[in-house]
Amino acid sequence: MAARTGSNRVAFPPSWTARAAWLVFGIYFVYAASHLELTPARFFSGLEHGGKFVARLFPPDFHRWELLAKGMIESLQIAVLASALGVLIAAPLALCAARNLMPAWATWPARAVMVVCRSFHPVIVAILFVKAVGFGALAGILALTVASVGFLGKLMTEAIEEISLKQVEAVRATGAPFMSVVSYAVVPQVFSRFVGFVSYETDANLRNSTMVGIVGAGGIGGTLFSAFQRFDYDFVCAIVLTIIVLIMIGEILTLRIKKVFGV
Amino acid sequence: MQPAATAVPATAAPAASAAPALVLRGLTKEYVTGKPVLRGIDLEFAPRGITAVIGPSGTGKSTLIRCINRLVEPTSGQVIFDGHDLVALNRAELRTARRRIGMVFQEYNLVERLSVMENLLSGRLGYLSPFKAWLRRYPQRDIERAFDLLETVGLSAHAHSRADSLSGGQRQRVGIARAMMQEPRLLLADEPTSSLDPKTSVEIMALMQTLSGMHGFPVIINIHNVELARRFADRVVGMTGGRVVFDGSPDAITEEHLKSIYGGEDWLE
Repeated sequence: MAARTGSNRVAFPPSWTARAAWLVFGIYFVYAASHLELTPARFFSGLEHGGKFVARLFPPDFHRWELLAKGMIESLQIAVLASALGVLIAAPLALCAARNLMPAWATWPARAVMVVCRSFHPVIVAILFVKAVGFGALAGILALTVASVGFLGKLMTEAIEEISLKQVEAVRATGAPFMSVVSYAVVPQVFSRFVGFVSYETDANLRNSTMVGIVGAGGIGGTLFSAFQRFDYDFVCAIVLTIIVLIMIGEILTLRIKKVFGV
Repeated sequence: MQPAATAVPATAAPAASAAPALVLRGLTKEYVTGKPVLRGIDLEFAPRGITAVIGPSGTGKSTLIRCINRLVEPTSGQVIFDGHDLVALNRAELRTARRRIGMVFQEYNLVERLSVMENLLSGRLGYLSPFKAWLRRYPQRDIERAFDLLETVGLSAHAHSRADSLSGGQRQRVGIARAMMQEPRLLLADEPTSSLDPKTSVEIMALMQTLSGMHGFPVIINIHNVELARRFADRVVGMTGGRVVFDGSPDAITEEHLKSIYGGEDWLE
């Protein structure tokens, strides 16, 4: 008893660095808020404008459904093609980038490509491609492919680096050539995760494909943007609702696909 | 530490007529330069029989076995198998040589998400182009052999089960069958019974003994269980500190030898 009460051992010593970091973060938050004139008054007047805008959205106007359908179909095509191209490029790139299977001279260039692909927002990349290949869906497909390569590549690389090397060792010991080691010892370990990544990326591409149109890279985004500029808020609402439905359908399909692959 | 030369009392008397199946000469491995794990191993293995390698943990038994098929690159020395020095081979030649060296692992190392049949057939990957392997287009002969082997190891009912649905003993049987698919001329086993219960351990050892006797290839087994080694091995190699300190028949091991291999003596009482 005496030993317990007399003891002053500490199980969780305080971290002064962490406390200091939190303090610095708090100070910066207040400073940034004041710098940007983030005042409650502005916030509430903003809410009022927002309310008026929302009121003008309803009822949604589906009269121009042909325009809407054409844009949506194009967006869908952009998303699917970009995802497929992204996988085709990202998977071998990820294999090259995996540090547990490849020497440094292969991993660094592969990683560099992924970092460059991930550096810019898809809309910025879309602007570049619109300049390079002109307005239209091609620019959108290329822009989203670049984004997919960066993102899928990173996720896939990490998945490959987490595999069990024991299985690789066993297949290697049979005298299997490298590509057979990959298809028998690496792919089975990562395949289900890859299906998950690809469905997630397709979902992201679906969302992004509705946006690259704003800079002229095809899809529903262009239609949405011009509807905004003409204050056709009821048509804007129709487009937005359709996008939501499309994303939901995508979600359901994703679940189905995962089920098919037994993930 | 005892020098290797003083502690070789009885040789297993390999069949004098037959040339050894495997010869290790001055095999050395340093993971870190200047800190050798294997200090010049010289061993010859007869074309038949089970050799048990015993020794304390961290003494280089696993390294030794992996240096033979170069899953671990030896720092220096020779591994002469089938008339070639495996250490001198290039990658393609090494793959060809590995096709005839089966290997069994402590944790089975099956590809867990593949079926038992796919795991067995992966023993033939060295003979198949990656494209055909990917499409699972194996010659009918391999497929027949796989089914026969499954019957031999008593797992016919599990051909299409996923490997991770099997128990430890069953997995090790698949591991052995995979090695047998290679039609090995040498079987390496790295602690094949360490993850198994005593009864299954005996069954696995007996299985390897039977297969080795039936097909006539030498087996090199790293093993912690001295009793199992005594019971199944035709020859025991004792290692300590990266050196061979005992090489002889299982009956010739005395407590003195075990002391020199594992150090200390309290544990023997």
